[in-house]
Amino acid sequence: MSTTASDISAPAAAIGSRGLPGLSPVLLAAAAAWAGTAGLILAWPEIVPQPYGRELAGIALAIAAVAAVVAVTGPLFGRVATGVRTYGAWLIATAALLAVWEILTAKTGVLPVPFLSSPQSILEVFLDDWERLGISVGYSLALLAKGYFFGAVTGFTLGVAVGWSRAVSYWAHPVLRLVGPLPATAWLPLAFFIFPTSGAASVFLIALATAFPVTILTWSGIASVNRDFYDIARTLGARPSFLILKVAIPAALPHVFVGLFMGLGTSFAVLVVAEMLGVKAGLGWYLQWAQGWAAYANMYAALLVMALMCSTLITVLFRLRDWTLSWQKGLVRW
Amino acid sequence: MVSAAATLRTDPAPPPATGERIEIRDVSHAFQLKGAPLQVLDRVSFEVEPGAFVALLGPSGCGKSTLLRLLAGLDHPSAGEVRVGGATVGDPDPSRILVFQDPTLFPWRTVWDNVALGLEAQGVLKARRKRVDEALELVGLTGFDKAYPHQLSGGMAQRVALARALVNDPRLLLLDEPLGKLDSLTRLAMQTELVALWQRARLTALLVTHDVEEAIFLAERVIVFGPRPARIVADIRVDLPYPRHRGDPRLATLRQEALGHLGLAASW
Repeated sequence: MSTTASDISAPAAAIGSRGLPGLSPVLLAAAAAWAGTAGLILAWPEIVPQPYGRELAGIALAIAAVAAVVAVTGPLFGRVATGVRTYGAWLIATAALLAVWEILTAKTGVLPVPFLSSPQSILEVFLDDWERLGISVGYSLALLAKGYFFGAVTGFTLGVAVGWSRAVSYWAHPVLRLVGPLPATAWLPLAFFIFPTSGAASVFLIALATAFPVTILTWSGIASVNRDFYDIARTLGARPSFLILKVAIPAALPHVFVGLFMGLGTSFAVLVVAEMLGVKAGLGWYLQWAQGWAAYANMYAALLVMALMCSTLITVLFRLRDWTLSWQKGLVRW
Repeated sequence: MVSAAATLRTDPAPPPATGERIEIRDVSHAFQLKGAPLQVLDRVSFEVEPGAFVALLGPSGCGKSTLLRLLAGLDHPSAGEVRVGGATVGDPDPSRILVFQDPTLFPWRTVWDNVALGLEAQGVLKARRKRVDEALELVGLTGFDKAYPHQLSGGMAQRVALARALVNDPRLLLLDEPLGKLDSLTRLAMQTELVALWQRARLTALLVTHDVEEAIFLAERVIVFGPRPARIVADIRVDLPYPRHRGDPRLATLRQEALGHLGLAASW
């Protein structure tokens, strides 16, 4: 796995390490860019006074320092250095982007503050409201975990049953055809009415949203297993339980993971809607709350946190898939 | 078999054959194809002695492979009786193993785990782990136990498939064109290995092939089938001791005879 990952990043790394083997001109440029952005934040007076200007400049200087150190020391710091060198060009771009953003909002007010918040004001949210944001992430993760777990387990079990048994397929197929494509959010009003708590309703909705794609993909995975695998296993003395657990399911796993990815995507959507409309906690609720107070910086901060959370979860699922399906070659990378 | 004993130079007293007797009596079989029955076997009858190596030769799609599936217990004949070791064939059993043209290894299992499949399915893997290593050694794949099927060449994959069959100590080995998709050099090497494996294991081997040369070089007896629905058109005894020499003029004569039965003598 690690070899393939470095293969992919090799051309990008080449951009960062051209010239002297130790010294990286790209990283030196990145260090200069971040130092320049820090200077700009400190020196240029703001049109609207902003908090935490010094802290933001400090962070920019810290990034500049790291880039400069890696540019000079080369591969001395192992994997961290390799990562920084790989994204050298990105470091320059982000420094430039931050500078432009800073100028357009805090420095000149070309973009209307506070609808488009300045970098400082978002930093302020992280520094002053991290507790509430952290608790919101915790609530969101807990709700998502419950719903996704039940949905994935139900979908997988149902998919295997439908794919394996004609009787189950006969009864489940029409129901899945009718109910499956219905967006889980359409159940929202009914779910909040039926379930005793909005939390339970939300778990149900997220599970529902996850279960449908997992069911369909598991089913199609089981159905597309090479029949010869069964014949081989049967002549070798396999009983039906062995055929399901050791032949059908492993052969269907690539499909199952596609279903799990699709389910995770839809579960994010349902999670946010459920938190906005019913559950009084979590990142969806935080967004809603921030809008109520016209705290736009808080919304941007929450969106950023949410993006990081979803991206991390997808990455975790990819890692799990790569580990489980390491027997496959030519996998798609995340 | 006298001819088999002659090749076992290191072991003057070969163990008795452990293979099963095969009896095929008036077997007919038809598939349902788009509602209409398609007759593939038409009252086929023959017997195979325990421990013999018999080749079934015939044109493609003549029903030879169907016969192997009936013997393995994967399908059941429309009419007639298929008996192995005196008993009518019921469900598939690890004593009768079918090796397909495609190795059909399980891609998510390592070579070792693929070979261990039968023992695992029968629930005896713990007690007989050594048999897996022995089978891998037998087919010359020691050291490849942790490789995955996609890392193997065609010949190696087919050897793993053979090891997967042999690890169960089958008494009847059903080979459905096992060398059909290999390149010609690998194929020649594997033919020799196949004979060696059969001689060592003393099992009954039934090889389906449409390669005349292969049938005559490998088997003690070649049963020639006509086009579908399959009937036996000839039963040729290959009265040559092992190891055989490919340039033996007797092989050429027998090949000519077999081709004649297939209506292809003119092309030679």
